Amino acid sequence: MEIVQINQISPDQVIIWSWGFVKINATILYTWLVMAILVVGSWLVTRNLSSEINVSRWQHFLEVVISVIRGEINEMAKKGGDKYIPLIGTLFLFIGLSNILVVVPGFVAPTSSITTTASLAICVFVAVPMYGISQNGLLHYLKEYFQPNFIFFPFHVMGEISRTLALTVRLFGNIMSHEKVVGILLAVTPLLFPIIMQALGLLIGIIQAYIFAILSMVYIASATSAHEEGHKHEELHKAEASQGVAA
Amino acid sequence: MESISLVAVASIAIAGLTMAIGSIGPSSGMGQAIQQALSAIAQQPDERNSLTRTLFVGLAMIESIAIYCFVISMIVIFANPFWTHFVKAGG
Repeated sequence: MEIVQINQISPDQVIIWSWGFVKINATILYTWLVMAILVVGSWLVTRNLSSEINVSRWQHFLEVVISVIRGEINEMAKKGGDKYIPLIGTLFLFIGLSNILVVVPGFVAPTSSITTTASLAICVFVAVPMYGISQNGLLHYLKEYFQPNFIFFPFHVMGEISRTLALTVRLFGNIMSHEKVVGILLAVTPLLFPIIMQALGLLIGIIQAYIFAILSMVYIASATSAHEEGHKHEELHKAEASQGVAA
Repeated sequence: MESISLVAVASIAIAGLTMAIGSIGPSSGMGQAIQQALSAIAQQPDERNSLTRTLFVGLAMIESIAIYCFVISMIVIFANPFWTHFVKAGG
């Protein structure tokens, strides 16, 4: 049984349960499911953490995940990356888990609905100025909009809005297109070949989750690092020097 | 021809054309990006991690343009506003 028909673009159109004006559609249901898995799973694992030599295998798993996320963020943010872990890590885990669970029959990824991805992108849209202001102060953050001079103000604003739109449509388009491709293949070649596409879909899902997290980290890092002009020049000189050596 | 079948013909043809033309640019761009990244990794294998990360982010940027085309063609086929308008108008 397919929950989302092939001619329905988003799982928002599938109403699972309705009572009066309260309607529970497939997106909300599966979002709650993913949230429940994340919360209950983490609670079960972190209930009895230990710092002995013999730790449980689930604690190992969570430690690996967290340390990978932490390493990536610290590499991007240069300094003080730990305060971005709650936001970026949650985005990555939520998108990643909902993309992985696509292989479970009957599961519809909430990220294949444009409302979910739009709300995630709006979180990033709000978080970027918040981190920027808390790091550099309101005046310094606003001054960034008028660099190099005041003519560029509308372009900065347009850039903020269009990159939010791009985050939204990229994630939605990738996951939705993969579902549609698998659905069409299932009608054409029912045996074996859709499995390969599903395996490819796992890869695409993880890469998209990674890209969403990395891009939001890039946006936050660009809003918080205002004083790195001198540093950039240094790097440019280094790059030129190494190019000269290579040539 | 009736207006509704005109809408259907135009939608199908435009959806195919959108994908066909819209995937030329991103694919050649991705090819160039991967080519440059591979030669850069071959020259400086130590920088592989940061090169790979930048490559993936850049590929996602390029790929999103092809994805926009796909979304447009999906809207044109499955959620076409003009189609529903003419169906309503025709009764």
